[in-house]
Amino acid sequence: MKGYFLTRILSLVPVLLIVSVFVFFLIHLTPGDPASVILGPQATPEEVEQLREQMGLNLPLYQQFFEWFTGILRGDLGWSISQNKSVINAFFEHLGPTLSLAVLAQGISIVLAIPMGIIAAKKRGTKIDQSVMVVAMLGLAIPSFLLGLLLMQLFGIKLQWLPVAGYEPLSSGLWEHLKHMIMPAMALGVIQTAVIVRMTRSSMLDVLSTNYIKTAYAKGLKERIIYYKHALRNASIAIITVLGETFGSLIAGAVVTETVFNLPGIGQLVMNSILRRDYEVIQGTILLAVVSYLAVNLVVDMLYGVIDPRVRMSRKG
Amino acid sequence: MGVNVPIENRDILQTKTQLKKERFRLFVRRFLNNRLALIGSSIMIFLLLFVSFSLLFMNSSPLEIDPANRLHAPSSEHWFGTDTFGRDLFSRVVHGGFVSLAVGFSATIITAIIGMIIGLYASYYKFLDHILMRICDGLLAFPDVLLAIAITAVLGPRPINVVIAITVVKIPTMARIVRSSALVIKEQTYIEALKAQGASSWRTLWMHIAPNTLSPYIVQITNVFASAIILEAGLSFLGAGVPAPEPSWGNILYDGKVVIFNAWWMTFFPGVFIVLSVLGLNLFGDGLRDLLDPHTNKANK
Amino acid sequence: MQESLLEVKNLKTSFSTESGVVTAVDGVTFTVHAGETLGVVGESGCGKSVTAESILQLLNERTTKYEGEINYKGKNILTLNKKQMQQIRGNEIAMIFQDAMTSLNPVFTIGDQITEAITAHMKMGRKEANKKAIDMLSLTGISSPEMRFHEYPYEISGGMRQRAMIAMALVCRPNLLIADEPTTALDVTIQAQILEVINNIKNELNMGIVMITHDLGVIAEVCTHVVVMYLGQVIEDADVESLFSNPAHPYTKGLLQCIPQIDGDRSRQLYTIEGIVPSLDNVPKGCRFSQRCPHSDAKCLNEPPLLEEINDKHKVRCWHYDKI
Repeated sequence: MKGYFLTRILSLVPVLLIVSVFVFFLIHLTPGDPASVILGPQATPEEVEQLREQMGLNLPLYQQFFEWFTGILRGDLGWSISQNKSVINAFFEHLGPTLSLAVLAQGISIVLAIPMGIIAAKKRGTKIDQSVMVVAMLGLAIPSFLLGLLLMQLFGIKLQWLPVAGYEPLSSGLWEHLKHMIMPAMALGVIQTAVIVRMTRSSMLDVLSTNYIKTAYAKGLKERIIYYKHALRNASIAIITVLGETFGSLIAGAVVTETVFNLPGIGQLVMNSILRRDYEVIQGTILLAVVSYLAVNLVVDMLYGVIDPRVRMSRKG
Repeated sequence: MGVNVPIENRDILQTKTQLKKERFRLFVRRFLNNRLALIGSSIMIFLLLFVSFSLLFMNSSPLEIDPANRLHAPSSEHWFGTDTFGRDLFSRVVHGGFVSLAVGFSATIITAIIGMIIGLYASYYKFLDHILMRICDGLLAFPDVLLAIAITAVLGPRPINVVIAITVVKIPTMARIVRSSALVIKEQTYIEALKAQGASSWRTLWMHIAPNTLSPYIVQITNVFASAIILEAGLSFLGAGVPAPEPSWGNILYDGKVVIFNAWWMTFFPGVFIVLSVLGLNLFGDGLRDLLDPHTNKANK
Repeated sequence: MQESLLEVKNLKTSFSTESGVVTAVDGVTFTVHAGETLGVVGESGCGKSVTAESILQLLNERTTKYEGEINYKGKNILTLNKKQMQQIRGNEIAMIFQDAMTSLNPVFTIGDQITEAITAHMKMGRKEANKKAIDMLSLTGISSPEMRFHEYPYEISGGMRQRAMIAMALVCRPNLLIADEPTTALDVTIQAQILEVINNIKNELNMGIVMITHDLGVIAEVCTHVVVMYLGQVIEDADVESLFSNPAHPYTKGLLQCIPQIDGDRSRQLYTIEGIVPSLDNVPKGCRFSQRCPHSDAKCLNEPPLLEEINDKHKVRCWHYDKI
């Protein structure tokens, strides 16, 4: 087991390397000089030159990469020029809203989607199934930022039930926090719900047609036990796979949704850093997003073993 | 015996063409019976006709500013209302639709071509496979919008760069799908036989393996098209896509967000078009998958 | 004559499919008594498994329609509701399937899957249920049952899996066991052991068994009475001796001739029944076997024969059984 995960983690190293190379060269091939962008049009050439020196921009590209990469391995993601703090600090300052948004959206989607998917599979071909699938289809077709704008109009402006936009941290009270998060989380959660409903339904259908479900019926088990114990346990492998795979789009969706609702999260950090050409922040943030994606999928991989004894078995060997 | 053989052969040929015809007829019938594919393609055809006819017969310009008529609600004169600069929203949504669909379509086609090439060659040559798939793993680990933003931020917000960004983001999935179905085909005996006969790798790949990857490939193309439309809209909404004053569904939404308190039509109309086009493509893709893939077809019956 | 345990009367099972209604079982009738093993034999696709699953109503409820009667202890169980049926399944009538590998849930232990059958039908503490499960496992002759109890289906051999299946089916001491090709997927030596286990437990519990198989060897070994099915119908119904010594239907004769004879003339070609089984949506209008039958005439092609009594132990569905 340990051996398996050690190799699994080691296999991430090339992926990380490729990602770092890609991010670094993408950003550093940008036309335009960041130093002069940062200092603005009034800056003298001497000032610009001084800043370039300070930022290490005069070094050859491969050397800049090497410095940056060894920094990463030491846990140093660089310095944000525009905010005058380390990238790590900037990142964690903006993490709260994004994390809260992602967790709430994912929570809403799991709570809604799994029962809906199971019911749809159970009532396959009926009006209930069809309406669940139509709703899921619509959910997939509405980008989160668009849904965000529509919710904002309905609940924020027309009905005035919820604040239109803005953010209150958890420290100012749970309800205060939730009030500002409900709409963004819904906006982001709906598309996620749609994805999970479809996956749950189709993998439940696959499982329900297996022989062991027939055996379970033949034993005279209650339908609730057959669905939620026998079928769901087997279907959940596909479901958590999709949770892992869509984690990336969840983060990406969170970034865009934040912008709709003016939440001071990672999305805002990235967009501001792009405007100010704050390279190291962009690099570092994207890299951390990738790392979290890889970490989530590592957890998913571990969960396979928890759910399915066969996986556990094959990993021992 | 000797007399019988040609007759049998002719019979076989006849049955074969009959079978082909029968299969085609069956496909048409099943397509018409497949509500998903039917609704999806109707939506897409409607959108295309709507956009192209409006472009042909419209006399208002999407860029013509009319400060006296700022933010008018929908009326008989301005069907979808006007925007912050008094521009006709109907004309902007239609032109934006052209831009959005064109960007999405170009990105999809390029992705499809490059994805096919990468997927096929990766499936055929072991050493290429390792390199290409590690790169794909790397690209797949990026949150898609974030990567696309970074690319357009670097290259500059222009439609062509949006196409590039979407393409880079979407190629890995495309290549993987082609690769995995190509790997299955490659293991089959007749491919071995071809190799044994000395068929060139080019011929084997493109004449024999590629056609057999088409079903999942075509379905994936509709998926890529749908997500390209969403990505374009997202990028333009963030100001990292199609730049103003040129309209696109995404940047009309961006303008709409600013005036969301007093002009619902600015978000509503482009929104409806985005949803319709993505919905149409998704339905069409799901329907096609049911038609082309016997396994899911059975499962959905 | 003792009261019958299970009486299937004119059972008709049909599925609605994309291309119309298909009747997989068409007017099947048979009776099983306690302590008796009834064999149901036929080629694949003859409707024998559908018959088996119809008894417990395990087929897709949305697309399947059952007609006729299935009287269990004198009560028609086709009229029961979902909940009542649940209490019958596993408790009164149990079933074992062909492929124990796919018929056991891969993510739960053997023990878990057996005890859950117990707790579904009886109020019993966990410890007690576990003990009962282990007892049942040892009754099936599985080696070190305590260990198997905690193992997963993929961890044990095919024979052990089938034994575990049997334990699971019989742990509630049902009155009737439906065994759907229980030995088909197993090695010959293990086949015999499994049949013996089933037989022993049958004697202990005085169960009735419906043994579905395509293997006449299995029939000869364990059954007292046999029903031969062809294309959804019973074409011959006889006690085992009459069937083997005096088969009446040309199809049954054919089946018996298909068995290779070690002591016979080995240079003789193995007998095969001409043609293929017609598909269910294109059933011949006369006798269903007429197109493949060497003895068929115009009457056979046009008029469907009925199941006729030859004597009180033997029925056949053939126009010419007395002539051939």
